[in-house]
Amino acid sequence: MVAKVRKNFQQAHWDEPIIYEMSIPGSRGILVPDPGKEIKERIKNPLNVLPTVMQRKDLPRLPELSQKHVLAHYLHLSQETLGSNITNDISEGTCTMKYNPRVNEVLVADPRFSELHPGQDEDTVQGILEIYYKFEQIIKEVSGMDKVTFQPGGGNHAVYTAASLVRAYWAERGKLEERNEVITTIFSHPCDAAAPSTAGFKVITLYPDEQGLPDIEALKKAVSHHTAAIFMTNPEDIGLYNPQVDQFVKLVHDVGGLCFYDQANANAFLGVTRARETGFDMCHFNVHKTFGAPHGSSGPANGAFCCTENLAKYLPSPSVEYDGKKYFLNFDHPDSIGKVREFMGTAGVILRAYAWTIMMGAEGLRETADISVINNNYLMKQLEGTPGLNYCFPDNGLRRQEQVRYTWEQLKEDTGVGTDDVNRRIADYGIEHYWTSHHPWVIPEPMTLEPCETYSVDDIDEYAAVVKQISKEAYETPELVKEAPHKSASHRRNDEAALDDPDKWALTWRAYEKKIKHLK
Amino acid sequence: MKKTLGLIVNPVAGMGGRVGLKGSDGVEILERARELGAKPESPLRTTETLKVLTGLRNEVEIVTYPGEMGENEAREAGFEPQVIGTIEEGKTTSLDTIHAAREMADLKVELLLFAGGDGTARNIYDAIGGELPTLGIPAGVKIHSAVYATNPHNAGELVKLVLQGNRIDVHEAEVMDIDEDGFREGRVTAKLYGYLQVPYDKRYVQSLKSGRGVGEEVALSGIAEHIIEAMEEHVDYLYIIGPGTTTRTILEKLGVQNTLLGVDVLCNKQVVANDVTETQLLNLLENKKAKIVITVIGGQGYIFGRGNQQISPRVIKKIGVDNIMIIATKNKVISLKGNPFLVDTGDSETNKKLSGYVRVTTGYHEQMIYRVDS
Repeated sequence: MVAKVRKNFQQAHWDEPIIYEMSIPGSRGILVPDPGKEIKERIKNPLNVLPTVMQRKDLPRLPELSQKHVLAHYLHLSQETLGSNITNDISEGTCTMKYNPRVNEVLVADPRFSELHPGQDEDTVQGILEIYYKFEQIIKEVSGMDKVTFQPGGGNHAVYTAASLVRAYWAERGKLEERNEVITTIFSHPCDAAAPSTAGFKVITLYPDEQGLPDIEALKKAVSHHTAAIFMTNPEDIGLYNPQVDQFVKLVHDVGGLCFYDQANANAFLGVTRARETGFDMCHFNVHKTFGAPHGSSGPANGAFCCTENLAKYLPSPSVEYDGKKYFLNFDHPDSIGKVREFMGTAGVILRAYAWTIMMGAEGLRETADISVINNNYLMKQLEGTPGLNYCFPDNGLRRQEQVRYTWEQLKEDTGVGTDDVNRRIADYGIEHYWTSHHPWVIPEPMTLEPCETYSVDDIDEYAAVVKQISKEAYETPELVKEAPHKSASHRRNDEAALDDPDKWALTWRAYEKKIKHLK
Repeated sequence: MKKTLGLIVNPVAGMGGRVGLKGSDGVEILERARELGAKPESPLRTTETLKVLTGLRNEVEIVTYPGEMGENEAREAGFEPQVIGTIEEGKTTSLDTIHAAREMADLKVELLLFAGGDGTARNIYDAIGGELPTLGIPAGVKIHSAVYATNPHNAGELVKLVLQGNRIDVHEAEVMDIDEDGFREGRVTAKLYGYLQVPYDKRYVQSLKSGRGVGEEVALSGIAEHIIEAMEEHVDYLYIIGPGTTTRTILEKLGVQNTLLGVDVLCNKQVVANDVTETQLLNLLENKKAKIVITVIGGQGYIFGRGNQQISPRVIKKIGVDNIMIIATKNKVISLKGNPFLVDTGDSETNKKLSGYVRVTTGYHEQMIYRVDS
């Protein structure tokens, strides 16, 4: 198959108003049926049976629309996205955008699952408890850890659970004041700094060495009797595996600290290496990322948090256990950090991930890692020599794992076209905008691509051809790239500086009206 | 109404560089440079910048000085500039730059664009300080200041953004200069002269900031909170606060007088002395404990030996290297692109003691481990 570049791509652009702006007072999508004479007589004024604390003083400020207009509005918006499973998701480096098998959607839509209530008696939910229990056994095997909880509602939440465990561990020893520092690395996911910070720890960040790996000499300077733990990702965001990771663990253990391994994206090493053998006390996986369940808004998410036996007593309660006859929820955890989420986390994700893992089998998981690394190195090879494009730390001789952080610094210098421009242009070819990097940008003008095991050689060739095409455009007609997008629905940011200014952020309609609308 | 852009070209900037003279300040050096066959760098660079703006010819008026100080370049790029002032062609000096900058500030130009190096930046600073937004086209031999765009083309892009009425942040950026005579003899003595107001956009002034994170002001505020929270409150405990905008935030938060370009001393969160010399520091330190709070000065990564020479090897020895607190925003650290912090105290033993790995406070309860070389 010839590498396809969708030169004639043209996305719908509806110029769609915000739904509140479409509101017509008095319009209704649903007319509530009359309850009938008998009910009316018995209830009389329904407000009388509603506690006053639950009664609104004012009517809710909801948009008023007909069903037709609501449906059209959201269909328009859906046509203006380049979301998951529509486009070539190689763009979303660090996100591990793999195909989410449709058959698993059939499973979660089955009323035998979808109609369950988390408050049901455990005798009536043996099936889903069994899946939880069995999936825990699988994750124990994959991580080498002794105990797993699926309560966290996502990756960052699992990392926060880790930080909470570290806090509980030191509090029990009466040393929380002394053990007040958590070490991380600058190319670890930012939640490895943010979660301990939220949990009250000071955060010490290690800058990389000349090879782009966490600097072990810097770690030696960082560790002390104040070290509560290290939180680190490996491979890091830039796609490099830290071969000295066991020595990092040793240095931290030597001062009494705990070690947490951020394995949100485990695609590079499933079946190859485990947190246990590397010496870590805790780790986590993004179930929705590595284990085939959809991401975020098509998900939701779930974080699997794992730890060794000596930390298991702090885990969130309840746990799912099996007594040889039946599965049950065990609430007997007096040292638990408590609940981190309602009920048992996101069961739909666990069901999908369990199905995916069983379908793949142990060999399949290992193959996932192999193909991910091969795909990534193939893409890197295809992109080699693209004018203006390089990748970070090119001379360190280290193989890239499942992703690569590229840099358009040269292109920027030569043409004035930077990564934000390229990123908008890529949408003109029917490809989702790519992931640049976490902030701040340590690698200038970054682009991070991750062609995981889902992608065929044709997909990768398409991606490489589009990147090369844009590089060519940047050198020949830089304005074309700078003024992009031309054919996609995506919009340009109209006030770049406002992103730095919390006073300008409008996360709700009310905030928008208060902060922005009156300015117009 | 047309927007006005002030333009000052230092016609001799950069001449000393190619012929190995390490600068072009002063009449004698210039003559030597000319004898050695030096060619000015600034005219071509300025034209390159202005060409990015040709599309705005109908909306923008350039106000400039005659001939080689901007008029020629403006005409070359297709503008009809408003020319003010007088010069002696071929014999312009730093005084012409100072006069030009002053006059343009009085005319209230929207933005002042200049082509030159650190000497020119200093002259502009002397004339107008932080009165109006200013941007440098890098054209000099010495580019230690942080007031320039990354290259002439990007200077044009940034000016375009400003003149098109986009909301652009303005940051204080360091004006640094080194003593050229000393530099020629192998001694580097740099001074922090002050700060110009420079329009900032991450795409064009990369050295100031890398990517988007928390705003610089929020980061500075967090650093100051961190330092203040940890301050010992005791009559025998001094805090020696080095120069710069990063350290200034601490004193501002405490509501006390600060010296932007000098060293201040605190005790019990109150000022003991402002703008002290080395001798004053040594006297104050008699029988006292102390901590030094310093930041990274300039775009080169120096933590000692540039702009804070008052905190001398003797002072450092007295206080002890373990009592040095380094503060810098993450963006400032990252702008060094992995190059280490540098120390040049003039004493090799002190330099050695300061080398290795240090903790830099980058936010509230946030630190980074970073390498220091001498």
